[in-house]
Amino acid sequence: MEITMKPSIKRMKTVESVFDPSLKKVPKIDLQGVKVWYDDFMAIKGIDMTIKQNSITAFIGPSGCGKSTFLRLINRMNDYVDGFKMEGKIKIDGDNIYKKKVNVEELRKKIGMVFQKPNPFPKSIFDNVAYGLKIQGIKDKQFIKERVVSSLKQVALWDEVKDDLKKSGMALSGGQQQRLCIARTLAVEPSIILMDEPTSSLDPISTAKIEDLIFQLKEKYTIVIVTHNMQQASRISDYTAFFYLGELIEYDKTKTIFTNPEKKQTENYITGRFG
Amino acid sequence: MQKIKELVIERTLLASSLITIAVTIGIVLVLSIETFRFFGEVSIVDFFTDTQWTPLFTEKHFGILPLLSGTLLTSFIAILVALPIGLTISIYLSEYAPRSFRKTIKPLLELLASIPTVVYGFFALIVVTPFLQQIIPSLSGFNSLSAGIVMGIMIIPYISSISEDAMHAVPRSLREASFGMGATKLQTAFKVIVPAGSSGIIVSIILAISRAIGETMIVAIAAGQQPRLTLDPTVPVETITAYIVQVSLGDVQHGSLEYRTIFAAGITLFVFTFLLNTISYRIRKKYQEKYE
Repeated sequence: MEITMKPSIKRMKTVESVFDPSLKKVPKIDLQGVKVWYDDFMAIKGIDMTIKQNSITAFIGPSGCGKSTFLRLINRMNDYVDGFKMEGKIKIDGDNIYKKKVNVEELRKKIGMVFQKPNPFPKSIFDNVAYGLKIQGIKDKQFIKERVVSSLKQVALWDEVKDDLKKSGMALSGGQQQRLCIARTLAVEPSIILMDEPTSSLDPISTAKIEDLIFQLKEKYTIVIVTHNMQQASRISDYTAFFYLGELIEYDKTKTIFTNPEKKQTENYITGRFG
Repeated sequence: MQKIKELVIERTLLASSLITIAVTIGIVLVLSIETFRFFGEVSIVDFFTDTQWTPLFTEKHFGILPLLSGTLLTSFIAILVALPIGLTISIYLSEYAPRSFRKTIKPLLELLASIPTVVYGFFALIVVTPFLQQIIPSLSGFNSLSAGIVMGIMIIPYISSISEDAMHAVPRSLREASFGMGATKLQTAFKVIVPAGSSGIIVSIILAISRAIGETMIVAIAAGQQPRLTLDPTVPVETITAYIVQVSLGDVQHGSLEYRTIFAAGITLFVFTFLLNTISYRIRKKYQEKYE
């Protein structure tokens, strides 16, 4: 998949065809020599990393280690931060997303993001999920409706909200709001989903529901998740990257990281001796 | 000793707040009593239905409609000018402008509201009207168009500043959510930020209308003193406020019926601004609850 490729609105005839994974290639993310500064502060000190497709990669590390910054590089979300400077290449299926003339909006349509605090728009549940489609200029009401329903079903929210889709998204509980935000992301059919501590403000039951959901999503998407919760990383991820002070200390299969880490720092962190 | 001092201070503070309340009640009382006396001589039905307002002429008519139409017409023109400009400025400052630029430009804009209104009035009369007359030759020397336009310029900061505050208060997370879905800045501004800040924006508009309705100097100088029931912006009109100025400055006898017209007109104005301020207060309270 190349960066300039649109999610080809015309081809999307039915919802089923779009959710068919065989029609979509899930991309791989390559990060090469990435350095980031905020003014004079160096937040990322040169990282090379490859994130595999159809898998869940967890970023762990103490607060301020740069993992969120690193995550937000992938959909260029740091572009709006004052004093942000970046060096290096981030390639999605071979295309550098930081080269000039990249259409950032088009890029972000393919890379969904779920945030730390549920942030539904002050709009109805329906309009929340339809938002991404509407800003892409899709007018076909039937199509939008089908997509909203299928997205809500995917996040297992449909049964809870099907009778009041007109209710404000902000009236839902925290866990429901976060599932709504995931549905909103899925509705535009991204191929990569970035999650920045998606369960940190939720209760254990809501967290379990979201984790189940994330686990199911990896069939069709490449998922990168930042988490402070070691159990969460070990439960759901296939690969785990440990960051410390702007550097990638260790990156391996989750099983290896949690049972047999190579570096002392990693071991200390996951066993709770610091961080 | 300390206790007595505390007590004195406390009582002084209480007294000053009571004075404020007393003055307000006093004003409303005087307004009401004089208005009551006025309606003892003039039928309230005539007041609201007569289409002429000529209390200073031999043939007296006491219809408030011409004054009301003058007030509403000038205010409407002012809002027509201020709303698009004010909203554009607020969206630009909140969503596009660099932080440093925003910090400098906002106080500068607010200066517009602190220019003495008599200056605006003269500006309307000797600059805007002659300029408009080149485009519309039939424009009278006094007219609601130029008064309204200049009043609109004056109230721009009410709209731009309060709306900008409201949009700026929209949580950053909503912007990120929108950008994260591939929305442009413009789409984010109009589809997320403006709706989310709508209560604050509505409050700003209401306050601006309230300000325009109560504005006196600009309309007294530039809109004329001829009460007439019209929607034509090119002819002289008279607003409620301008009428009050006219009568107050004239040699109307204290206690006469002509004198009491001031109060009848004044209370009409008061009812309008009071209603608008109450509505905006309600909306603002609701809006504060939403974001806390």
